Amino acid sequence: MLKFILNNQEVSTTLPTGTVLLDYIRYDQHLKGTKIGCREGDCGACTVLVGELTGAQLRYRSFTSCLTPLGNLQGKHVVTVEGLNQKGLNPIQQAIVDESATQCGFCTPGFVMSLAGFCLSEKEATCQNAVAAVDGNICRCTGYKSIERAAARVAHLLEERNGEEPTTFVAQRQILPDYFAGIKPRLRALAAEARLNGRVPDGVPQFVGGGTDLYVQKHETMRELTAQFLFDQPSLRGITREGNRCVIGGAATVTDLAESTVLREFFPEFRSFLRLVSSTPIRNMATVAGNFVNASPIGDLTIMFLALNAQLVLSDGEMARQMALREFYQGYKQLVKTPQESITAIWFELPDAHTKFNFEKVSKRTHLDIASVNSACHLTVSDGFITAASLSAGGVGPTPRLLPKASTYLVGREISEEIILESVALAQLEIAPISDARGTETYKRLLLSQLIKAHFLTLFPQLNATKLLR
Amino acid sequence: MKNIDSSTHVKGQSLYLDDIPLVAGTLFGAAFISPVAHGHIEQLYLAEAMQQPGVVRIFTHKDITGENQIGGIIPDEPLLAEHEVDFCGMPIAFVVATSDHAARAAVRKIKAAIEPLPVITDPRVAHAQGELIVPPRTFKLGAPELAWEHCEYVVEGSADTNGQEHLYIETQCAYAIPQENGELKIYSSTQSPTASQRTAARVLGVPMHQVEVDVIRLGGGFGGKEDQANAWVALCALAAYHLGKPVKYVLDRLEDMQMTGKRHPYSSDFKIGLDKDLNILAYEVDFYQNAGAAADLSPAIMERTLFHTTSTYFIPNVRATAYSCRTHLPPNTAFRGFGGPQAKFVMESAIAKVAEELGIDACVIQKKNLNKTGDEFPFGQKAVSEAHACWHKAESLYNVETLRQEVQRFNASNTLLKKGLSFMPICFGISFTNTSMNQARALVHVYYDGSVKVSTGAVEMGQGVNTKMLQVAAQVFSINPAKVRMQTTSTNRIANTSPSAASATADLNGKAVQLACLAIVERLKQVAAQELQAPETAIELKNEQVLLHGEETALDWKKLVTAAFLKRVSLSEHAHYATPEVHFDKKTEKGHPFAYHVYGTAITVATVDCVRGTYSVDAVKVVHDFGASMNPTIDRGQIEGGIVQGIGWMTLEELLYDQAGRLRSNTLSTYKIPDIYSVPQEIAIDALDTDTDNLAILRSKAVGEPPFMYGIGTYFALRNAIKAFNPASPLAFDAPLTPEKVLLGLYPPTGTGATNLHETSLSRVATS
Repeated sequence: MLKFILNNQEVSTTLPTGTVLLDYIRYDQHLKGTKIGCREGDCGACTVLVGELTGAQLRYRSFTSCLTPLGNLQGKHVVTVEGLNQKGLNPIQQAIVDESATQCGFCTPGFVMSLAGFCLSEKEATCQNAVAAVDGNICRCTGYKSIERAAARVAHLLEERNGEEPTTFVAQRQILPDYFAGIKPRLRALAAEARLNGRVPDGVPQFVGGGTDLYVQKHETMRELTAQFLFDQPSLRGITREGNRCVIGGAATVTDLAESTVLREFFPEFRSFLRLVSSTPIRNMATVAGNFVNASPIGDLTIMFLALNAQLVLSDGEMARQMALREFYQGYKQLVKTPQESITAIWFELPDAHTKFNFEKVSKRTHLDIASVNSACHLTVSDGFITAASLSAGGVGPTPRLLPKASTYLVGREISEEIILESVALAQLEIAPISDARGTETYKRLLLSQLIKAHFLTLFPQLNATKLLR
Repeated sequence: MKNIDSSTHVKGQSLYLDDIPLVAGTLFGAAFISPVAHGHIEQLYLAEAMQQPGVVRIFTHKDITGENQIGGIIPDEPLLAEHEVDFCGMPIAFVVATSDHAARAAVRKIKAAIEPLPVITDPRVAHAQGELIVPPRTFKLGAPELAWEHCEYVVEGSADTNGQEHLYIETQCAYAIPQENGELKIYSSTQSPTASQRTAARVLGVPMHQVEVDVIRLGGGFGGKEDQANAWVALCALAAYHLGKPVKYVLDRLEDMQMTGKRHPYSSDFKIGLDKDLNILAYEVDFYQNAGAAADLSPAIMERTLFHTTSTYFIPNVRATAYSCRTHLPPNTAFRGFGGPQAKFVMESAIAKVAEELGIDACVIQKKNLNKTGDEFPFGQKAVSEAHACWHKAESLYNVETLRQEVQRFNASNTLLKKGLSFMPICFGISFTNTSMNQARALVHVYYDGSVKVSTGAVEMGQGVNTKMLQVAAQVFSINPAKVRMQTTSTNRIANTSPSAASATADLNGKAVQLACLAIVERLKQVAAQELQAPETAIELKNEQVLLHGEETALDWKKLVTAAFLKRVSLSEHAHYATPEVHFDKKTEKGHPFAYHVYGTAITVATVDCVRGTYSVDAVKVVHDFGASMNPTIDRGQIEGGIVQGIGWMTLEELLYDQAGRLRSNTLSTYKIPDIYSVPQEIAIDALDTDTDNLAILRSKAVGEPPFMYGIGTYFALRNAIKAFNPASPLAFDAPLTPEKVLLGLYPPTGTGATNLHETSLSRVATS
């Protein structure tokens, strides 16, 4: 039996654990404030908050309930818009009303939830951060300017927080209902009960991480599948430094990457690259291992970690083995992995002072979109000479790939416009893009050339741009 | 005044169709749709689906007791395919089961043997093969054939705009509940309750009085739920009527995107001629409208394209011909602007092309040729123009000279980024161009406690029309708006409604509300005159008080209402409004089809990343002709939303059909609409102050569609930025200007010349 807190009430359900939270909320609990827009995590109308204890901390994150299996909710606090409602309007709701930031209203509860998620996070109270919180919410009516204005008001609400714990602060200031202040002990009590994920199902299970890809691809069958939920397994979470290595648990999320102190120390830019990956709620749910096994030819994390020469630890529960990410893909959506194996960890060598790293992605829409082409560039540079190079590219072949010719050519050479152009030309010989909804072959070829140039223009601003571009 | 729905919206308490509590015994429908765009149905295999758990019945065209027909303007669209399928996504069968899940599972078990027939996706190909929905129409002014020889500059070209998915966040849906005596109550998410009612009655073969359509509100419409809401209403009605059980169908996003029509793609040829002083002397244009597989609203949309041929400009010699071309796409339909934006894009492309060839800024030609009051449109109406006023105010208010210098300086000092600036003047006609539709009704009840309930034919879909209706009633009665409540839009209360469309909903319904309230006020004043023993002319209702010669009396609103009731005076009124002055003769293609025009000017500055081909919009600065806005916050929201939707159409929203006529951008992950980061950094809106009278409700001009066309300015701002990087760029006039087209415009592949990327984009995706 699955147990969690839904708004201010403990609930339990015997529904299949593969059922999505959205259906449970709307059709079992009859909480109709959570809306259905797309069922693929692309509109945010079904956004809810999920709170969980991580150590002593109660941490809330926004999830798209359409992609959240009930199996990932054991012992957590699920909050829908009904759970934010007070007698009058709460200040978040008031801000939206005051700025006329709701028109047809269908997307509005999702925006309210995302902004509530911002209030419950420890993010700095800036307008930018408030706007970033709704980066996964689509509105077709307002044109967003009124929503920006409302978000600014919400940021203003938090100005006096001064390091106070968000749940306490929002409850005290009546930004959210009082009961938020008492959730922590209730979750502790729930945690003492048996966990769901102890049981390993018979046969070959469907591994489920964050569900953000599976529930899009296999929406119709997921409910009935025998699932093994990996998302909450403590051994699969966390990002740590072990000597010169960064070790990432397979179920670490994109948000975990963005918030990792290890990554922040060694790759100050990494966070900004991750802003190009999907949206806040999807980053909160999507796991690193999930991005790898989904085997999209254009997975953003895959492209980044390919260039970083990441290593995978695969385990079938009994035996573990190690493999380079660059050897993981055999063909389109074909992995060097048995059905029983899952990725338990990923590690890579942390960079030193000579290392430079850049990620480029162009999609139709800059945010919350799948790339037309993406690329990462990992260079070691010493006295103006490249001593090691690793260029990766997505969207230019059936698998996410390294560009060995273009990369190898650079090694041992001094940075110049000429060698970059030669590397660009070599890259063209080792890609095979196809025309599809994300762009024509002609475009993808041109775009990859431009992105390689963009890597160098970003990493070496002293280069002659005109020479490189014409 | 805030939108009256705001509070329930933010609390998640507003009711949309899928939120209506289910009646016990409700069944769920799901459509089996054609997997091919054109073909002959040889065999339909339903047996396996029938065996699925929960399946109650599967309806096909054979089960239709009335007419298998949902075509509004032309009866050319069956509800369920009979022998032929005409587009990918055309409903063939309707499964009804005990759960939504069971219905969809059963749909997946249905098979159809369909002999494929040739597929047309390109309107020009359809035109060449004589596949037209209606005969072509031509609007003419002056004698363009004679004018060319007087032109110093003549330029020809073509321009293309792709379609646009409405992407209302609430998908299409309907819920039919049987009543006694074979009647049905149908909840629908429709902009056009009467059209839904009529369609259901037609398909069932029953009179309209047997069907009630009731609309609470829509989670977005934008034209997509005008005629296109009817099919789901008819399917649920059919099943509910024959099974005697409530039947509900809520389309999932993929179904919605595959099955419903969109904004019409257009491909057009233009020829423009100017004299040496840059006056446009002549303009000829041929519009090829991609109508899709059935008429839907295409003929009316084609007509509006013709009405907006010359956009905001006066051109003395014009010939515009439009062809509504039948292809095998889902029937394309109404979408904010209704064919107008497509015409305006061609006009602006023609001006831009001349300007580029002459090496001058397009705004010089634009400004020179703006229409003036008294100028004749090609359809005979004389302009009452605010075009110059809006343009001049925008120029001075936003310091255009400074802006232009900033852009030039920026471009001179930046290699990797370039900026472009553009002007976009708009002039948009308000009224249904089908004159008979310019009528509306309202029903107003004053209860004897003084509270008021208002019903109209207007459908609330986020545009704030109910708020405006409530304001009208509160203003005429001079009572606190809290005393007034709006009713849902029901065909039982308001009959024979026009759709909530054409930007005219607030005007038409608002005037009807005004008339109804005035009639009640008139009767109340009579009662007050009797009570106060004074002449009616001395009585005034103000702030819930009854004034006599301007002085307060013992009577207030509530007492007066009670007194009237006790005197057996009617406190209810049903009023009818028909727009005066509008008429149009389709034989001569001349008349006065619009109550008035809305004007405005937008200045857009955009930035292109010349390494990556990505872009952003710095600012859209607008002077808009509101008349006198009755609700500035709602109207501002309409303008901001319209601009962003227009920018989406012009930049990133790309419909991709493959050669087999299948939509490839059929999900939100492949069809991208603007998110919060893709909107202009700044949208400035300023009102043009005018005091001229107009036919708008309370002089507050319609605001739904016009601002959409400001978005066209973004295309031209981006184009100018691309040309700043590569003056020789052979960029075609082909929207949307996606990052792909921008990059290929910055770095044109050698040897391709001015390729029309849109034509290739329609067919480029491999058929797999």
